[in-house]
Amino acid sequence: MLLPSVLTPLAGGQSILTAPADGPVTVRWLLDAVTGDLPALSRRLRDETGAVRRYVNIYVSGNEIRRLQGLGTEVEPGQEVLIIQSVAGG
Amino acid sequence: MATSESYVLAIGTKKGLWLASSPDRQNWSLSGPHFLMSEIPSIGIDTREGRTRILVGVRSEHWGPTVFHSDDLGETWTEPENGAIRFPEDTDAALERVWQIHPDAESRPGVVWAGCEPISVWKSTDGGEHFELNRGLWDHPHRSEWGAGYGGAAAHSIVVNPAGDKVHVAMSTGGVYRSLDGGTSWEPRNKGISARFNPDPYPEFGQCVHKIAADSAVDGRLYAQNHHGVYRSDDDAENWESIAEGLPADFGFVMLTHPRRAGTAWVIPLKADGERIPPDGKLAVHRTDDAGASWKRLDAGLPQAEYNVVLRDAACVDEAEPAGVYFGTRGGSVYASADEGEHFTEVASHLPDVLCVRVAAVSVPGLHAKQPSAAAASV
Repeated sequence: MLLPSVLTPLAGGQSILTAPADGPVTVRWLLDAVTGDLPALSRRLRDETGAVRRYVNIYVSGNEIRRLQGLGTEVEPGQEVLIIQSVAGG
Repeated sequence: MATSESYVLAIGTKKGLWLASSPDRQNWSLSGPHFLMSEIPSIGIDTREGRTRILVGVRSEHWGPTVFHSDDLGETWTEPENGAIRFPEDTDAALERVWQIHPDAESRPGVVWAGCEPISVWKSTDGGEHFELNRGLWDHPHRSEWGAGYGGAAAHSIVVNPAGDKVHVAMSTGGVYRSLDGGTSWEPRNKGISARFNPDPYPEFGQCVHKIAADSAVDGRLYAQNHHGVYRSDDDAENWESIAEGLPADFGFVMLTHPRRAGTAWVIPLKADGERIPPDGKLAVHRTDDAGASWKRLDAGLPQAEYNVVLRDAACVDEAEPAGVYFGTRGGSVYASADEGEHFTEVASHLPDVLCVRVAAVSVPGLHAKQPSAAAASV
């Protein structure tokens, strides 16, 4: 999982977070795995109900997960997941 | 290192926090921004227990809301690992914004209250590091009927009686609720407050009360700035009566009371609901010294023309003698008065929209002009 630079301080300076998986996993599983020990990072991405924050976009194979199966979207081993914040407003 | 008395004015804006300091409440130096690009809708400065803790509600459009605190006047900021305010799982709710951070009385050290969106009240007993949801208000049978003002559905005013278990909360929209048992149970107390946007203009609850404040010297006396209407209660909110006569307009967001003197309060009127500007485009504070029987216009030192409004928490008073009055506009100007509003000086200008200001007298070796830490910057 690739983080935007603004979030790397909350991941100990890492911009890439990985989790071991034997087969396909869901985005939800991946988020749980990579942010399990990083609660401040977890809060930036998802609220208390587990929902992805409105202006946080998560891409799997170039597609935003809201256009796929949301947090249930499958991720294959070795596949990159990108987190990019929307930029709008003034 | 030698210390000296200084005043710290924390300025929360739409795009970050600034800290101003002054030895005399006349000459101010500004530092910041902290939390650049995050809004700061709430600030609490807790000077109890021999230290100055600045608590700030921080909200990023991207990364959500949280609470940071600093015990070194902004040199460093700390965010509790698991978050200071988190809705319990069974509520199926998520924190949207922290609207109010209110340190309790000297007699209850460590206790800090928070008012939040969605409408909820929280209480901390560890200086604001962890808050617990007030279940009495959250589970109130009226909750499903409370609405949202333009800024969101929030509990924005928390008035705690320093000597007992009385707590008053105001919410938009919902009105005033009172607890006589420290927050265990709550009842609406809006008799006399109008809700002109409602088919029934005097409902039991549902009013859009913009701010309430207690008279520090008269037990049971409260003041309210409503969405149209300025009111006083002398019986712990059982009954409210209008004190708007003498004001140029009865709309506004601010209600401040004197730290010690009975009957003194300040409002900053706006023309009307549909025209949210200072009357005639001329910004002025109005003060009463007789509990609302009469009002005095105060505009010395304020600009000749000003079309920006002052939001509900963008005003505060200090505890000095004479009391200081502070406020900031949505145009990013901040003003301070060291003489109860008789004369104002400009503390800052051209900041982002000012959402919240809070002030405290502190003993400090110097206020640091410090950028936020990396973790703070990444809110």
